[in-house]
Amino acid sequence: MSADITPLPSAGGQDVTGQDDWQPLRQYTRARIGLARSGNTLKTPDVLEFQAAHAQARDAVHTPLDVASIEQAMAGEAFLRVNSRAPDRSTYLRRPDLGRRLSEGSRAALPKGDWDVVFVAADGLSSTATQQGAVPLFAAMRERLSGWQIAPLVVATQARVALGDEIAQTMGAGMVVVMIGERPGLSVADSMGVYLTYAPYVGCPDSSRNCLSNIHPHGLSVRAAADKLAWLMREARHLKLTGVGLKDAAPEGGAIGSVDRLS
Amino acid sequence: MAYRHTLGGETYSFETLKDLLAAASPVRSGDQLAGLCAETDAQRVAARYALADLPLRTFLETALVPYEEDDVTRLIVDTHDSAAFARLSYMTVGQFRDWLLSHEADTATLSAIAPGITPEMAAAVSKIMRNQDLMAVARKIRVVTKFRNTIGLDGCLTSRLQPNHPTDDLKGIAASTLDGLLCGIGDAVIGINPATDSVANGLALLEMLDHARQKYDIPTQTCVLTHVTNTIEIMNRGGAVDLVFQSIAGTQKANEGFGVTLPILQEAYEAALSLKRGTVGQNVMYFETGQGAALSANAHHGVDQQTVEARAYAVARAYNPLLVNTVVGFIGPEYLYDGKQIIRAGLEDHFCAKLLGVPMGCDACYTNHAEADQDDMDTLMVLLGAAGITFLIGVPGADDVMLNYQSLSFHDILTLRSLLRLKPAPEFAAWLERMGLYDSVGERMRALAPGQTRLASLAGAA
Repeated sequence: MSADITPLPSAGGQDVTGQDDWQPLRQYTRARIGLARSGNTLKTPDVLEFQAAHAQARDAVHTPLDVASIEQAMAGEAFLRVNSRAPDRSTYLRRPDLGRRLSEGSRAALPKGDWDVVFVAADGLSSTATQQGAVPLFAAMRERLSGWQIAPLVVATQARVALGDEIAQTMGAGMVVVMIGERPGLSVADSMGVYLTYAPYVGCPDSSRNCLSNIHPHGLSVRAAADKLAWLMREARHLKLTGVGLKDAAPEGGAIGSVDRLS
Repeated sequence: MAYRHTLGGETYSFETLKDLLAAASPVRSGDQLAGLCAETDAQRVAARYALADLPLRTFLETALVPYEEDDVTRLIVDTHDSAAFARLSYMTVGQFRDWLLSHEADTATLSAIAPGITPEMAAAVSKIMRNQDLMAVARKIRVVTKFRNTIGLDGCLTSRLQPNHPTDDLKGIAASTLDGLLCGIGDAVIGINPATDSVANGLALLEMLDHARQKYDIPTQTCVLTHVTNTIEIMNRGGAVDLVFQSIAGTQKANEGFGVTLPILQEAYEAALSLKRGTVGQNVMYFETGQGAALSANAHHGVDQQTVEARAYAVARAYNPLLVNTVVGFIGPEYLYDGKQIIRAGLEDHFCAKLLGVPMGCDACYTNHAEADQDDMDTLMVLLGAAGITFLIGVPGADDVMLNYQSLSFHDILTLRSLLRLKPAPEFAAWLERMGLYDSVGERMRALAPGQTRLASLAGAA
């Protein structure tokens, strides 16, 4: 090989000794740094790796929520099933306003009760995330909220965060927890967000919510999320509010935020 | 007064100028969401006929957003240069298109008329222009700006290096910055979107970037894209602010949604000018815009999203920016649904901004819930490159791990420069050569491992 005689650099990150200078730097970032070049452009494995990640993210957006698997996870316990006014994914993506309102049939199917809180498992932009995290978080919350009147779980499809407002208002619940699939990125396609709103109503502003984000196997664990959420819910009940006022009262910054960007 | 046109035996009527502009717009999901889109293709073309017959003067006589209610309208009206407009004053929108495309409308002429054109005129003419028209006219316009290098010269394509990190880890950001520099990226700006939008964090990030720039004597500018009020505070505390960044939109209410007013922008502009940090020029502002921003803040006043976007460029040009870019595919499929809509919007935004004399770049990008992919971005970048785009944004491997969307990769920009024989800003190109990163005989960037370059210690690499 000529490289043995003439020390020409190879294309990309590896020098002639075969040592990859980029490897030690990758501990500091998940960014796709130091990708080798073929001419000006990327090598085949990196091109395909990107496409695979993009495919996974798109599948998370477009695969319908598997309600049967949620039913299985609920182990025979009853839950309620609603849909937004967006009849399909394509409409859902174009019309966020429809994803925030219940379909006529869905509203009629929701029972009224004297509930402190209703939990909503919503598909959002990643059904994968909801399928994976919603039922475990619901179970973890019930362990932490003894004495609370908790409504049956509501499973919502083609749903945006604000759909929870109408669900809670229809059922007469004092607050709503929406567990929803976040917009997937290339590195994480199964991240779930949780939005807490006290005394929600149709049209209530996003600034009156608190959120926990980044709940997935490599991010915030269900257990840690449940602890933070339980604290938020108790404080919300005590202060009779959620949103910026509650964020400011939080003991630690952590993952507790007010809402900047909704799915 | 209603606007009318008869097509195929049917008479189409458009109640207001806003309705006419909206109906003449190419299909896009944001206008559908706002209920402003033409109902049929025939209605759309009828609107374009009616628009083509409209005197350009109409836009000086009819405000789309009331003068009394909106400071962007006041800015547009109060700063309009009627002398520059004089040669256009007799034209209809259709004649304006023909004239823009004519050989008579050369680079010098187009520069001279820019202060006479309002955003609404630019938006209106764009609606009766095909993609190639938008490219051909923009290609003739030169908007040159300067800070530590010269941006916007003929035959150049500059780039923003965007080394974002989900927790603003300084070593992670340095590693991405090194990667970009080795690909010849970063002459427009090395600009970080911070994960934490605070003064303390902004100061730390700026110090790191400024240290690296000075250590390697890189003829470029750095920026932390934090809120303008944070940047004012950072300047008060003596931070290393080259450029003031702010997201802006085309109405007062939408800007208020971003927490910004024209007086705040003026204050920041004057503060940055007083620092005199530029070496070859003093263009000190950097703005981002994007179709859909006003509608998402419910601040569009019933104006279609492309027209209201063009109004943001009037805000930008009031502060002599170094850089402006549209974040065209970022805001989401509820505004631009697919690759076709994103590509068209990118070309419109570039054309309208350049026509108004604004140094327009683009974040050629998409989110994972849009119907778009890398092939669409390849198409968009080549079209924008051919149209003379001021700069493009690059991130490692096209994957922004902080904002969770896909832009162009450093490699993509290398490919584009090679395809269209475009060079970096001259001062930056000379630096690349001095650093041994550019092969002037082969006319290409060398593929070097960090350890083979003098930049290795930037990220603590061997």
